[in-house]
Amino acid sequence: MRRALAAYARNPAALLGAVLVLMVLGMGLAAPLLFPQDPLGLAGRPLQWPGANPRFPLGTDPSGRDIMAQLFHGARVSLLIGFVATLVASAIGIAIGAVAGFYGGWVDTLLMRVTEAFQTLPNFLLLLVLVAVFGSHINTVTIAIGLVSWPPVARLTRAEFLTLRTREFVSAARVQGLGDIHLMLREVLPNALPPVIVYASVVMAVAILLESALAFLQLSDPNVPSWGNLIGLGRNVLRVEWYVSAIPGVAILLTILGVSLMGQGLNDALNPRITGK
Amino acid sequence: MRFLSLAAKRLAASLPTLLLILIGMFLLLQLAPGDTVDAMLAQMGGGDASIAADLRRFYGLDLSVPAQLGHYLWRLIRLDLGFSAIYGKPVATVILERLPATLSLMGASLSLAFSAGMALGVIAARRVNRWPDTLISTVGLIFYATPSFWFGLMAIVLFSVHLQWLPAGGFGDVAMGYTGWRAALDIAWHLVLPTITLGLIFLAIYLRIMRASMLEVLSLDFVRTARAKGLRETRIITRHVLRNALLPMVTLIGLQAGTMLGGAVVVESVFSLPGLGRLAYESVVQRDLNTLLGIVFVSALLVIAVNFCVDLLYARLDPRIGT
Repeated sequence: MRRALAAYARNPAALLGAVLVLMVLGMGLAAPLLFPQDPLGLAGRPLQWPGANPRFPLGTDPSGRDIMAQLFHGARVSLLIGFVATLVASAIGIAIGAVAGFYGGWVDTLLMRVTEAFQTLPNFLLLLVLVAVFGSHINTVTIAIGLVSWPPVARLTRAEFLTLRTREFVSAARVQGLGDIHLMLREVLPNALPPVIVYASVVMAVAILLESALAFLQLSDPNVPSWGNLIGLGRNVLRVEWYVSAIPGVAILLTILGVSLMGQGLNDALNPRITGK
Repeated sequence: MRFLSLAAKRLAASLPTLLLILIGMFLLLQLAPGDTVDAMLAQMGGGDASIAADLRRFYGLDLSVPAQLGHYLWRLIRLDLGFSAIYGKPVATVILERLPATLSLMGASLSLAFSAGMALGVIAARRVNRWPDTLISTVGLIFYATPSFWFGLMAIVLFSVHLQWLPAGGFGDVAMGYTGWRAALDIAWHLVLPTITLGLIFLAIYLRIMRASMLEVLSLDFVRTARAKGLRETRIITRHVLRNALLPMVTLIGLQAGTMLGGAVVVESVFSLPGLGRLAYESVVQRDLNTLLGIVFVSALLVIAVNFCVDLLYARLDPRIGT
């Protein structure tokens, strides 16, 4: 563990990723302290350019709301949605992948057919259908994003379980008379988990992108200060006041960059054999 | 010829998947509040309960759910996707009108992402860990992290509003009344920005895979043999390495087909292209569930078709497959 941490600390790209993620996390934590008012409340004259008014360093949007406040509160929303959606996707993916890989046979065939069905359907289209059916409350959107993101996790977990289940330590536990649930959760899963955790960073990046795209189309929760919402609002004044869309976009870019760099760094640190490449 | 039967087998294997998707989608949409008749009545400006009941009987909506599902699947087999109350046309017609824009956008983006990703990946792999590699990998990482809709908006600000080089949206200028080659050229001109916007993230993915795959193949024994024979580096790359390094790239096309279609939904909305993705967005907003179901069906068919083509291409690149 210490060796992996040291390897991570030696990698400048991975460190940059960690710094970016910590920065966004700090923004989200500081939001209620720095901007205690409702970020979606009226703050001043609409469409003031960044720097024009010292009260609003990043300007105001078409409805006269402080962009800086929305940016800070948006960090909270993006990270929370990304994190919870990743948890949902990982839970479903690990459960399905574990059962499929552990039992094999017709269980495996059936579960992989379902996974394939989910992968054949464009995930953003499925997300649109889910939002059309269940509405666009923030909780619904978060769970829906998790529901469309689990297939790669399931495939990865299944592959790990397939190779691990025939190993000696699993057979040893089996002849001790331990049940299937114990074998899956206590013996195989801890060994299958590291690559799944690394992959979770990809799931999280995609989840944040999916939410921002949905919010940009104004199909996500309008009562939440999401970065995507702000970009969508700025679209109507794009020709002149392009900063309304530009600023939150940079925030999304840096967040995704941070999460991806961290994931890559973790991967390199945990698999020292391929670090040289 | 043997690979053809293999591909046909793969195609047959995707039928249960398709059936699973359709049943799942149908049941999911049963949960949606309101049905086609409600949407039609809203469109007509309201109506009394007896008209609603008549309409429901006419469209078979008064039957039990399994019976409706049976009817629906039987209609799909005859390629009858139902009637769109919002557009006042059969769903199949509405979708067919929108298909060309989406197909050309996806085709163009895929070509751009594949060719540029391949070229940049080869350059990065040949200069591994030197400045061209670092530069290309960094740019790829930034492309990967850029939300496509935001890139599209910024491209409109720069290239359409300020520089006025390219059109900001639409699928060709109807007002100019172009025909033949001029019309095709006009459409291509309108597709430049959307293509780059959609292709960017895939370019980043292809570039990363190509670089890794080149490095992998370059370390194999037959490359050393080719070098030992005294072949020139360019010839080794083009004749020996490239063909083998391309295999993972081709696999990726099939894996990414669905994601690309999903990305097209957003990009078509940004550039107001009359495509399948924009239709999906509109049918969500207007609660036109019949059309939405039709789009899901056509998208699944499209993804399966792309994967079929990938199988054929794969077999041509790697003769070992299918024997």
